[in-house]
Amino acid sequence: MSRAETAGGTGAEASVRPRPLWTLGLVRDELRTTFRRWRTLALLGVLAAVPVLVGIAVRIETGDGSSSGGGGGGPAFVSQITNNGLFLVFTALAATLPFFLPMAVGVIAGDAVAGEAGAGTLRYLLVAPAGRTRLLLTKYAAVMVFCLAATLVVAVSALAVGALLFPLGDLTTISGTRITFAEGLLRALLIALVVAASLLGVAALGLFVSTLTNSGIAAMATTVGLLITVQILDQIPQLHALHPYLFSHYWLSFADLMREPVLWDDLTRNLGLQALYALVFGSAAWARFTGKDVTA
Amino acid sequence: MDGTSATEQTRGRPAAGDAVVVTRGLTKRYRGGQLAVDGLHLTVPAGSVFGFLGPNGSGKTTTIRMLMGLIEPTSGTADVLGRPMPRSARAVLPHVGALIEGPALYGFLSGRDNLLRYDAADPTADPRTRTARVAAALDRVGLTAASGKKARAYSLGMKQRLGLAAALLRPRRLLVLDEPTNGLDPQGMREIRALVRELATDGTTVFLSSHLLDEIEQVCTHVAVMARGRLITQGPVAELAAGARGRLVVTTPDPADAARVLKEQGLADVVADGDRVSAEPPARDLAEVNAALVTAGVRVRGFAVERASLEDAFVALTGEGFDVAG
Repeated sequence: MSRAETAGGTGAEASVRPRPLWTLGLVRDELRTTFRRWRTLALLGVLAAVPVLVGIAVRIETGDGSSSGGGGGGPAFVSQITNNGLFLVFTALAATLPFFLPMAVGVIAGDAVAGEAGAGTLRYLLVAPAGRTRLLLTKYAAVMVFCLAATLVVAVSALAVGALLFPLGDLTTISGTRITFAEGLLRALLIALVVAASLLGVAALGLFVSTLTNSGIAAMATTVGLLITVQILDQIPQLHALHPYLFSHYWLSFADLMREPVLWDDLTRNLGLQALYALVFGSAAWARFTGKDVTA
Repeated sequence: MDGTSATEQTRGRPAAGDAVVVTRGLTKRYRGGQLAVDGLHLTVPAGSVFGFLGPNGSGKTTTIRMLMGLIEPTSGTADVLGRPMPRSARAVLPHVGALIEGPALYGFLSGRDNLLRYDAADPTADPRTRTARVAAALDRVGLTAASGKKARAYSLGMKQRLGLAAALLRPRRLLVLDEPTNGLDPQGMREIRALVRELATDGTTVFLSSHLLDEIEQVCTHVAVMARGRLITQGPVAELAAGARGRLVVTTPDPADAARVLKEQGLADVVADGDRVSAEPPARDLAEVNAALVTAGVRVRGFAVERASLEDAFVALTGEGFDVAG
């Protein structure tokens, strides 16, 4: 970079009109920043490892030639993996959705605002001026992208491991009908998208918690703690009146996409519930963040 | 309503005499009930290097945070560049570069990437000139060679420089620098002071908070003094220092005789301390006083008026030592 060039760049700078697409620029930068952190990569690495472990375990269990070992136990679809590697995608998503995936999202969402506040970088973003509403939207967008990325990492890793260790081909749905491998792939993609969408409620909750404190660790811990609490509440039969409002209640409904015809009831309930959580906790986060004194 | 009409007034005035920062009764009481800033009436003239002086805990940083729209005042108003804060933050802040309570960086990003991120956060910054402006800012603070290193490996002084570079990403009308020389070695402090002077020459108003009196004295044209959340005084540095009068100091091996002669000459507050005799300087010609001393046979080795320092002025104003936290 020559001196003349830099001087020219500075001199040409005159306009201070906000550019309409600048928000996208900030989102892009936010994504770059998020996905360059070791922590993000480590989380994705752990998620990628889950299907590998499941795949190898199933392979070893059934290596002696017997078909599915035991049956009944374990996550959904696990008994079908030996017949078709594609089922590893469904099994891996079913295995990671209750805890690993939302925990990873809770870490990223919880740290989103609180981490910046704790490091002091929040004040410099705000005086840049990033704008509080836009910064919050940017953060939520980045967390949403992370939800999708995390889910896809699990799905792609599972697909790769499934293809390596097991045969691929046409598959049987839960309803007993046969579908082609191509359609199976399509359903797998659809399921991945639904799983990613299932995480949006936790993401909004984590973002709200993140606006409450200046400690990223505290926000992450609180979000993951809430996640576990909700999962426990969802297991207590006496609280069944509460269950339809717990964000995790319809999570495993994605299996209904493997029915023929697809059973939409719980799927739409799930997506509606996630939208409700995103709305409620997104608004709460906005109200909190825009009115907050930034003292860190 | 009050704020709006005042804003229009400020905007109507000619640019040269414009105040860059005006606060009226600015007050911040934290939720705990602690009164951090109490009824501040501050005016920062355009083009000045404005020293904002006060011990740690006197409310300087809280004031700066209110000016930058980071915290909401409990009462009172703050206009920056003629617009009310924090309401007009999006219009005002692109013209303001700030270093608040030390630098804050992303340790896992390089120095250059830190600046790219801060620049991307500014909606009015042109992405096409971004890399060029970042390189220019790095060059200005002498960090070009270290710009590829991860910020976590930076020394405190380098972090401080990078924070300054972030404030200099674009041409600014106002620079707010909160303790900019913290953590710098003497050479670094000199460089920062030179940079501040250079920026001021370019017409940028610099609002410089510090608890170092000599720093303020060396670079500032105007100064405001805070203690315990209140503004004690503000005005041109020369006026403030003049307010605390200097002292006539006579160095002599005959202090007793000198003290007697000075008293005879009608000088007040004569104090003899070893071979130094000091007194309040008289209004008349000092040469007469010197002649009287010599005539009386006092051997005069030194005869001078020691200028009052800003520290003397501060002690005179607050009646307390400087390093007392509020």
